[in-house]
Amino acid sequence: MPMLEITGFGKRFTIHHLDKTMRATENIHFTLDAGEFIGIVGKSGSGKSTILKSIYRTYLPDEGKILYESDRFGLVDLAQVSERQMLYLRKYEIGYVSQFLSVMPRTTCRQLVTNALLEMGELEEIANSEAEKALIHFELDPKLWDSYPNTFSGGEKLRLNIAMATVKKPRLLLLDEPTASLDQQSKVKVREIIEKLKSNGTTLVGIFHDIEFMDGLCDKVFDMKSRTLVMEQKVGVSSES
Amino acid sequence: MYETPILQVKNLQKQYGPGCCHCNDLENSMLEKNFCKACGTVYAVRNLSLELYPGEILGVVGESGSGKSTMMQCLYFDTDITSGAAYINRPGKELENVFDLSSQQKRFIRNHDYGMVYQNPVHGLKMNFSSIGNIAEKLIAAGNRNVADMEETAKRLLTNVHIPLHRMKEEPENFSGGMQQRVQIAKALSNNPPILFLDEVTTGLDLSVQAKVLDLIKKIQRELQISMIVVSHDLAVIRMLADRTIVMLNGEIIEEGLTDQVLEDPQHAYTQQLVYSLL
Repeated sequence: MPMLEITGFGKRFTIHHLDKTMRATENIHFTLDAGEFIGIVGKSGSGKSTILKSIYRTYLPDEGKILYESDRFGLVDLAQVSERQMLYLRKYEIGYVSQFLSVMPRTTCRQLVTNALLEMGELEEIANSEAEKALIHFELDPKLWDSYPNTFSGGEKLRLNIAMATVKKPRLLLLDEPTASLDQQSKVKVREIIEKLKSNGTTLVGIFHDIEFMDGLCDKVFDMKSRTLVMEQKVGVSSES
Repeated sequence: MYETPILQVKNLQKQYGPGCCHCNDLENSMLEKNFCKACGTVYAVRNLSLELYPGEILGVVGESGSGKSTMMQCLYFDTDITSGAAYINRPGKELENVFDLSSQQKRFIRNHDYGMVYQNPVHGLKMNFSSIGNIAEKLIAAGNRNVADMEETAKRLLTNVHIPLHRMKEEPENFSGGMQQRVQIAKALSNNPPILFLDEVTTGLDLSVQAKVLDLIKKIQRELQISMIVVSHDLAVIRMLADRTIVMLNGEIIEEGLTDQVLEDPQHAYTQQLVYSLL
């Protein structure tokens, strides 16, 4: 049973002001089993982010099905579930990570990660210690813990985002261009983090414009241009572990 | 459905004027915005239905005159409704349309189940009573009679909203706008209401004070699990606070969805105009 199965997905944007409808993407099909990592590649504008944001309901999907095997609700179509169900899934099962940080202002790095746990109903003490563990795990400098993240670098923001998402132990994690505009050193760090997540059994969907970087890390690659799913050789982390 | 709403509103209608054959029919009424040219009836809230779930913040956005505040006033029994129903999930009383209740029973709901924070603190506070007295008034209305208990509760609430205790005996009219608003929030919270209405609470406050009030609201949601309806015309406030958002225009709900979806992928022409106007 795949954890995520996307069939015939498509998305259009209608801008009433300009009386225009634009097609962002269409005909997307792929499946993903639990514990797998799928990379979606394609040039910018090909609709990669649209897929990811539609899975997370930041965009309203309008064609096809996004079937997800939920712990709480069983098999659901993410294009159809109620808003309240989607909020539950976001809180407990599906995480979304990008390089952009949109968080409550005037909240320190440490508070943000702690709050992510508190809103799940975790006890304050546990939340505090788990938050610290996550910050250490994703190698955020302790000097940064008690400062506001708006002045963080791109790489630091990304790692904070990953810490906030993964501290909740999501079953499915969506990574929106996690390596874009990072230097080589930060990219290597991101790669290590993804390896860590994978070895913890998290199912991952990631979009990348440079796939070489993900070489050997993805189990599957979906190419936006040819609309095909390529199985990668099981090399790298997955065979080692 | 996997959960029960704490507040359910069905087909709420509020009109000023008798209505006529040109505007009575919901489907094909010939209104100009929310105004009937034939009989002069204004439809402030039209056929509005919504659900509020435990612990969530529901955002309501829309331009001035879209019916946001009228909706809140209807729900809080500040004004009579024309038709419609609202159900509060209270043990044994789930099927009671609260608009049909007697005024005593409505007052009981206001004192026990509801809290309201108005845009203008004048409506929510007695400006020439002491701050602690304002809170005590609500506590007494909710059935509290022990003075020591009430004083302790009031002190705790005022500390929570960062009002220095040495000023608790002062009248709110001596306070700044932001402080008045925080006293109003403390008062609204004093009876531990499961449902809190916030009507444009940060409008007119300067940014740093607004930030404090927003932090406070978020903290209340996280720690007390209170359900809130937050009305604002400020999309940034809604983005910060609300899980779900409804958009109102001319007294009707024209769009609803997850807040980030409404802001990033708005469907209705009016919502698009609203979002694209955001700086």
